[in-house]
Amino acid sequence: MMLVIAIATILLVMLLALLRAFLGPSLYDRILAVNVFGTKTVLFIAVLGFLTGRPDFLDIAMIYALLNFIGVIGVLRFFEYSGQESKDEH
Amino acid sequence: MDILYLLSLLCLSLGCLCNLIAGIGIIRFPDFYSRMHAAGISDVTGAGLILIGLMLQSDWSTTLSKLILILLFTLLTSPTISYTLANTAVKAKYKAKAKDNSKWQKDMEAK
Amino acid sequence: MSLAFIHISILCFLLVTVLAIVRMRDLLAVVMLLSIYSLLSACFFVVMDAVDVAFTEAAVGIGISTLLLLSTLALTKRFERPHRTEPVLALFLVLTTGALLVYGTLQMPPFGSASAPAHQHVAAYYIEQSFLDTGIANMVTSVLASYRGYDTLGELMVIFTAGIGVLALLELKTDTKVSRKTEIPAPMAAHHILRIVSKMLIPFILMFALYVQFHGDFGPGGGFQAGVIFSSAIVLYTMVFGLDAALKVISFAWLRFFAALGGLVFGATGVLALVSGKNFLDYHALAEDPIRAQHLGVLLVEVGVGITVAAVIILVFMSFTRQMAENGKA
Repeated sequence: MMLVIAIATILLVMLLALLRAFLGPSLYDRILAVNVFGTKTVLFIAVLGFLTGRPDFLDIAMIYALLNFIGVIGVLRFFEYSGQESKDEH
Repeated sequence: MDILYLLSLLCLSLGCLCNLIAGIGIIRFPDFYSRMHAAGISDVTGAGLILIGLMLQSDWSTTLSKLILILLFTLLTSPTISYTLANTAVKAKYKAKAKDNSKWQKDMEAK
Repeated sequence: MSLAFIHISILCFLLVTVLAIVRMRDLLAVVMLLSIYSLLSACFFVVMDAVDVAFTEAAVGIGISTLLLLSTLALTKRFERPHRTEPVLALFLVLTTGALLVYGTLQMPPFGSASAPAHQHVAAYYIEQSFLDTGIANMVTSVLASYRGYDTLGELMVIFTAGIGVLALLELKTDTKVSRKTEIPAPMAAHHILRIVSKMLIPFILMFALYVQFHGDFGPGGGFQAGVIFSSAIVLYTMVFGLDAALKVISFAWLRFFAALGGLVFGATGVLALVSGKNFLDYHALAEDPIRAQHLGVLLVEVGVGITVAAVIILVFMSFTRQMAENGKA
């Protein structure tokens, strides 16, 4: 029962991070939202594995835990490469 | 086994609470740098508590070791991302939307 | 209790994300939203109990897709040009085709029903006989590597061709030593924390890739996923320490060699079976005991797949990085 509440909470936080990714006036807000989303995905898959009684899912959660920050590092490398300041979009 | 189950329920509920607080913070804070504080709470405390709650529910098996490893890697990578993101934002001269802090600055210079 | 709310919420998130992707003009933000889309897809596959697919989506979407899109953006523009006119005719065509397709699916059997034609004939045979024939617990691996091994060879050749295509497009020069004195961008090397954390993480990622490669018989995993995770580790190293340092670890010549080597190992397994008088890729030619032969064949084939996929992805990424370097400084 507690696991179902946990999954509902995680889905709610995913929705809030998604809102921030849509609204975020600058690019950094969106990167932050993606990072939060990635961590929540790790939790979602782990809790879902316990809920359905299949611990195989933990391999997928471990991939995300390891590779979550490669996307963020890539974006930041893009910034340093092009040397541009992040303009606020419309 | 019962005490472990109760502990795991406690950890899971605390973790959900931290996540919710952090999620509300991400939406409502006015500025990127303050939102990062909120995101840090969800990444480390929220994730850590939920993972510890799951660990207390599983017995000594491969599942437990995988959960411990996931916790370790999360604790390792989340603060690094926060640092790198903040550093890049500062270097790109992304200004914080502070209210008028000139009085504070004058106080600091006067000291 | 019914977990339908999970399915519904993830599908709604996917829909909302796609709408936002279509409307945005800033392609960098679109890349971020695409990585959210990939995370949501992986969650959805996990919810639908398709673990191998979720694994592949996780491995490919979080590391490689985002990075390759970003590298492409670095070589082209960041903002999309606004449309001059509204594409009304295109919208009408898409809506009509979509409506016709939906009308066509109304005649199909219900979702996941056991009496659907796709689940008769061979599928039932695989489910009942796969463990008895091959001794491999994971049905997906046994179908992919043993029953349909020939298709997997074709997929591997597709990946190899993609790598060759990228090399041809980016006009890689034949001298593999980066001999110019201009600095290849290693901007992240100034972040000490990032260097230390990367040095701690990369061995674990490589070890995890090996675990996934050999664990594919018992759980989700296999050659493709392992190759992608392996290449993610090397790509991380390239990003943090610079292209020069990464080329000292593995040079372009070795990468080209490994890209071809995997496909050769796969094909050699098949030819070995031919030479022993059986059919192409018939693993019973490899050993006396049939179960041992299947295990050996699947092992060789998956190792070949892993090597080629890893080498091709690293090759593509390093070609992009080198092109970025030449653009930036020349």
